[in-house]
Amino acid sequence: MPGDLRQGRIVIVGASLAGLRAAETLREAGFTGSLTVVGDEPHPPYDRPPLSKQVLLGRVAAHATALPARRDPDADWRLGVRATGLDPIGKRVLLADGEPLPYDRLLIATGTRARPWPDQAQAALDGVLTLRTSDDAAHLAERLAAGPRRVLVIGAGFTGSEIASACRELGIEVTVAERGPAPLVGALGGTLSQLAAGLQRAHGVDLRCGVTVTALRGDGRFTGADLSDGSHLEADVCVIAMGAVRNTEWLADSGLAAGPRGLACDAGCRVFDQYGIVTDDVFVAGDVARFPHPLFEYQMLSLEHWGNAVAQAEVAAHNMVSPGPSRRPHLAVPVFWSSQFGLNIKSVGVPTFSDQVLIAQGSIAEGRLVAVYGYRGRITAAVTVNMAKWLEHYQGLIETAAPFPPGPGAADARPLVADFPVPSNVPDPRGLCHGPTVALTGHLPDRRLSVVRPAG
Amino acid sequence: MRIVVDLTRCQGYAQCVFLAPQVFELHGEEALRYDPAVPDGQLDRVRQAAAACPVQAILVGEQVNTGAR
Amino acid sequence: MAVDSLLERITDYASRPDPYPLYAELRAAGVARQAGGGYLVGAYHDIVALLHDPRISSDPRNIAAPYRALVQPEEQISFIRLDDPAHHRLRGLAMRPFGPPHSPGRLDAMRGQIAQITEELIEGLAGRSRIDIVEDFAYPLPVTVICRLLGVPREDEPVFREWSAAIIDFADIKAGEDPAERQRAGGQALTEMGRYLVDLAERRRGHPGDDMLSAFVNEPDPAGRLTREELAATGVLLLVAGHETTVNLIANGVLTLLRHRDQLERLRREPGLLPGAVEELLRYEPPVHLRQRTPLANIEVAGTTVPKGVPLILVLAAGNRDPKRFHDPERFDPARTDNQHLGFGSGVHHCYGAPLARIEAQTALGALLPRLVGATLVQDPPPYRRGAMLRGPRHLPIEL
Ligand SMILES: Cc1cc2nc3c(=O)[nH]c(=O)nc-3n(C[C@H](O)[C@H](O)[C@H](O)COP(=O)(O)OP(=O)(O)OC[C@H]3O[C@@H](n4cnc5c(N)ncnc54)[C@H](O)[C@@H]3O)c2cc1C
Ligand code: HEM
Ligand code: SF4
Repeated sequence: MPGDLRQGRIVIVGASLAGLRAAETLREAGFTGSLTVVGDEPHPPYDRPPLSKQVLLGRVAAHATALPARRDPDADWRLGVRATGLDPIGKRVLLADGEPLPYDRLLIATGTRARPWPDQAQAALDGVLTLRTSDDAAHLAERLAAGPRRVLVIGAGFTGSEIASACRELGIEVTVAERGPAPLVGALGGTLSQLAAGLQRAHGVDLRCGVTVTALRGDGRFTGADLSDGSHLEADVCVIAMGAVRNTEWLADSGLAAGPRGLACDAGCRVFDQYGIVTDDVFVAGDVARFPHPLFEYQMLSLEHWGNAVAQAEVAAHNMVSPGPSRRPHLAVPVFWSSQFGLNIKSVGVPTFSDQVLIAQGSIAEGRLVAVYGYRGRITAAVTVNMAKWLEHYQGLIETAAPFPPGPGAADARPLVADFPVPSNVPDPRGLCHGPTVALTGHLPDRRLSVVRPAG
Repeated sequence: MRIVVDLTRCQGYAQCVFLAPQVFELHGEEALRYDPAVPDGQLDRVRQAAAACPVQAILVGEQVNTGAR
Repeated sequence: MAVDSLLERITDYASRPDPYPLYAELRAAGVARQAGGGYLVGAYHDIVALLHDPRISSDPRNIAAPYRALVQPEEQISFIRLDDPAHHRLRGLAMRPFGPPHSPGRLDAMRGQIAQITEELIEGLAGRSRIDIVEDFAYPLPVTVICRLLGVPREDEPVFREWSAAIIDFADIKAGEDPAERQRAGGQALTEMGRYLVDLAERRRGHPGDDMLSAFVNEPDPAGRLTREELAATGVLLLVAGHETTVNLIANGVLTLLRHRDQLERLRREPGLLPGAVEELLRYEPPVHLRQRTPLANIEVAGTTVPKGVPLILVLAAGNRDPKRFHDPERFDPARTDNQHLGFGSGVHHCYGAPLARIEAQTALGALLPRLVGATLVQDPPPYRRGAMLRGPRHLPIEL
């Protein structure tokens, strides 16, 4: 490697949000060497959150969400090309189209993909869809525009709930099937999931919790599904919204700590190898990363959060071109948003890292509230529903490990004693058919751990 | 021109909706929706919106050029 | 000099032309306890944290008795001085005919009218060599606009001008005075202006125009209606806040540009910088300098415990020049990026009329720019209005 970190060859695998923001940051930080970005999708980097929102409503075309660049990253874009392997000794990325790509430093930003329906033949039925890419969104939007009689959404996580919301806004009948007790329970715990359930029902969603879909039916074309309660449901479209799978398979033989829960790294986004030894030339950012967080007992976090992809990409890129002492840790508190059924839901911290929750402002009845989560007497997360302007206050409390329950005195005329905390009822994710978008994945960087405990 | 709103930062002040109502809209009281591809004739308004956003959450820029170098 | 006299010195009329050295002193002092019992806060990050802190109230009824200088009858308290959930409800109802989600295109549709009013005012200046930017331009523009918007006859301006002045004086923050007279005059003005606006609105019940007062009294949704008292308090707030602030932004803008001719030239060449320039004015010379709040519990601010019920005075204009937040804060830079100023406050009370003020200021300054190039200030500093909270020139005579 050349002595000057601002020169040499950098390769980024994954040409989406994290890959783009990292490329820009590298140039902003003065990197003048050669930069290559490899992505298996044919499209330039685009934004995914609108795909389950504006795009399904037909307001925005599926392929019209290209991300604006902060600056031209002056990179060689290898789009439509899949990375198939990594040779860490020869320092080369193996590509599906043959010639290996040499690098001095590598950034892995391969994100996640939609978890597929386990039965391949059923998944291949016409009308069975997933939602992760703009091509997926184009298909789904087209189906919705055709006016199906009923849509079945399997999985009531954020994506599934947003799809259901879009269906109702379009006046389409929709059934949501969820193995867990309520929507969003994997991300928000029991108390707020009751709000989510009420919301869905109030908007006319046929919500079925505590059931699993046992089979998708159809003869070439999807016509309906069998449920574990013995019932059969007729529908024209089925969206599998059962969470995400990390795109790490291509790293299977690389010797890196890559597994189904992601690719493990240290606080500076440097990737661990399978023995837990940190590398200095391979970095990771975005949805594919697992990184330790001091606020959550240094457990490894796996996030599917837009803001994390941006923040982590910036830190990784900075560290790729900075010598040891000027490197930065990635310590950002996780923040997530979702909009559904006319509500703006934002979360800061890790709501599942909690044993108690209380409603500190607003109320479920008003449809606007702040829920604060605590773990062993300190605040670890907060969720706002249509009260986003207060969120940064609670973020400050999380960052300073403030005591839970928070002190009384919310400026909303409630008595100066906060509501009593109740157990936060975070379920075991294995009992859900949606993945939480934030997951604590233990302390160990090695991949044995991830293999021993199967995800989902 | 393209825009992306960092909805992690956005606090729903809706300044952008007032100033460029054909590009930004509120869904309910607080959830922001927008058209990422700025329609013709809206660029001035979008720039005003970006300048006005109290948390500077709106990024206006060109789609990255991925063509041959 | 002892920190405890800062509020006195800031509010002293002699400080009006240049309060900024005092603000620097305040930032250096951290949270400054005042002789009268209140606390002054001037650091950007402290102010932002307080504006987003649910333990901080805007409601003057939460001030502990010994510190409560002014009392306002309950029914006259408008939503700028209320907390959640009453604040949320009333602000939402006031928003219905004004902005999103119910009327998202309302202001955008007024751009043409605002440009036309501006043009007419500019035409009125033709042939004159000396003008007062305040009386001839910066004041009539927002007054005309807010009158149209609310449905208040423009000819009535002489009627409400006095009320407005008394209400602003009532809302001002002062140190060590006997508030009795201020309170009496302010209370009376609130009552009279409220009655005047309710009367105007009542006349439109059943035959609405496209103005906001009409919309308020003809709201079809029972859950969306204001009571008579609420209508009076809200109407007063909108009429007063709708023009007493923007006048200062435009006047401060002209003053600042004439003091920075290189930037004036630059803006003329690059009109695309105008929106950013208005943001920079809101940072550099904001119309609203002070806001008052009250903690509902003992709270820590920058290491100092501020007791429950003791007033907190947030010096927004000091936060705007905090070097811990803004690069080279004493420099007026219309092309500044990362400008999250406090000109419109922050949090749930973030200015309701900000988009209107922005459109007005951009239109006004954009139209004036070509005329300002050869202009000179007759008096620098100009004479200021009395208030410390709402700061701006009383007159701004310039030679064209
Ligand atoms: C429908 C939807 C709605 C969402 N809504 C929200 C929301 O409301 N709020 C929020 O915070 N987040 C939301 N997200 C999550 C957010 O979009 C992601 O966190 C973000 O896209 C992560 O960016 P990334 O670059 O890390 O990964 P990705 O965007 O997943 O990009 C990874 C890229 O790498 C490519 N790739 C994978 N393997 C290879 C390989 N071997 N070779 C070459 N290329 C490869 C992939 O094809 C992909 O293009 C949503 C996501 C989806 C899908
Ligand atoms: C340049 C012009 C303006 C400036 C600098 C300004 C500044 C401010 C500030 C700082 C606040 C916050 C008050 C607080 O937090 O206590 C505020 C609130 C408010 N402003 Fe403005 N304002 C301007 C123009 C307007 C206009 C044109 C209107 C009306 C159309 C208006 C109506 C209001 C109202 C109603 C509130 C109270 C909001 C609430 O409490 O929720 N303002 N303004
Ligand atoms: S102006 Fe900024 S904060 Fe407000 S809604 Fe628009 S993007 Fe969000």
